[in-house]
Amino acid sequence: MSLATRLSRNGAAGWLLPAAIIAGWEAAARAGLIPANVLPAPSAVAGAFWRLTLSGELVRNIGVSTLRALSGFAIGGSIGFALGLANGLSALSRGLTDTTLQMIRNIPHLALIPLVILWFGIDEEAKLFLVALGVFFPIYVNTLLGIQSVDPQLVEMGRVYGLDRRALFFRVILPGALPSIFVGLRYALGIMWLTLIVAETISASSGLGYMAMQAREFLLIDVVVLSILIYALLGKLADSLARLLERLSLGWHPAFQKG
Amino acid sequence: MPAAALIAARSLVATPAQARTIGSVEGRRAFAFKEVGKRFGDKIVLDGISLDVRAGQFLAVIGKSGCGKSTLLRLLAGLDRPTRGSLTFGAAEEGHSRTRFMFQEPRLLPWASVVKNVEIGLTGIADGTDARRRALAMLGEVGLADRADEWPSVLSGGQKQRVALARALVGQPQILALDEPLGALDALTRIEMQQLLERIWLNQKFTAVLVTHDVGEAVALADRVVVIGAGRIALDLDVPVARPRRHGSAELAHIEGTILDHLFSRI
Repeated sequence: MSLATRLSRNGAAGWLLPAAIIAGWEAAARAGLIPANVLPAPSAVAGAFWRLTLSGELVRNIGVSTLRALSGFAIGGSIGFALGLANGLSALSRGLTDTTLQMIRNIPHLALIPLVILWFGIDEEAKLFLVALGVFFPIYVNTLLGIQSVDPQLVEMGRVYGLDRRALFFRVILPGALPSIFVGLRYALGIMWLTLIVAETISASSGLGYMAMQAREFLLIDVVVLSILIYALLGKLADSLARLLERLSLGWHPAFQKG
Repeated sequence: MPAAALIAARSLVATPAQARTIGSVEGRRAFAFKEVGKRFGDKIVLDGISLDVRAGQFLAVIGKSGCGKSTLLRLLAGLDRPTRGSLTFGAAEEGHSRTRFMFQEPRLLPWASVVKNVEIGLTGIADGTDARRRALAMLGEVGLADRADEWPSVLSGGQKQRVALARALVGQPQILALDEPLGALDALTRIEMQQLLERIWLNQKFTAVLVTHDVGEAVALADRVVVIGAGRIALDLDVPVARPRRHGSAELAHIEGTILDHLFSRI
């Protein structure tokens, strides 16, 4: 087996490029090609990481941001999931709510920031509201789509074999909708971080976005860059978790079968 | 015996079996259609079908596309209601609930293992380890016991249809309704499936109603062949050929010829 195939087998290949970029960046900074007040060297960023870790500031801010992200996700995601299910299963519910939801969907949720600040100030509710609104739509749309695309022949089969409504839902409709729901989940996780960072950058007194804004005020470029790198890592972490869940629950799907 | 004598155009009342003896089930009625009509809007699909089927009989229903043969089967399985006439079952406790339906497509749940798919056929009959045990036994009957824990997506078309057959039969139905279940299989797999179906039918003694457009398949499997044309029964024939039947034998070919002549001379 060649080195390249072995690396791609255990997922290490994806990390080659980021590692090379960091190495090149460090070399360029050391050689004086990049001025430190434009972009600090990776070693300087690592130094900032160490400093903030020791002071406890970094862990506290990551904790605050993660809690906000997950609470907002839980609220918006569960409402979106519930409405997606209701509208997928009931024509009455769809008729009543879908048009309204589609209209709201076309408003960029970040455009509501001025209004949200007026309503909630810079309290926790503002961030939760924006994150919840942001994750609501991808989850809603994909849950609805998933349920609508379940093979009607399988549903008929379930009825003919006497499955009651509950069994029909849990054994036929929900598993059939799951691949699409996961697409919505991964998309929503991306929106979750994006929304939170924008919201924290504009109006917050703690969290990663706030840390980055504070650092800008004091010209601590290494901390700004560190914050950006942490966003990238947190986003990747969330996506990896979603993919793991996907692999565990979609083992039947030909796309997830190996060998 | 001259071949022509083998074919007796029959009245609508079932007569006792010819080639097969069924013991106690002999002569008992499985179900009866009485002047059944079905219309969808202005279109009359079935126009007065009367059909009396004995328990344990293997009935084949043939006809051209759109002649209403699938509708007949859907009425039997309770998937549709007749617009007029009545449908009665041999015993009160039977009826639609003891009728199983096998579709043209396997319709297996891709997210359930093979054995879990078969267990669907035991809904309301058995669950837990009992269901698994019975499902595994039925999978053994169709020759797929070793594939029980695999996903349906790795099976071939014929294997999927065998799983669907196991699912239909695991609950030991009184009546099995088959809607061209072998239509999509290649010729060799098809003959294999016909033999499997016949073997299981001989063991389990259910009443089989096979809708097909393949006259050869109908005469190879059935005790009785009904031809539907323009929403009515155009021909009702016994196939008094002893089992096991040999594909392509002269007797079967003769009956097949009679049916084909009938299909193409009229209408």
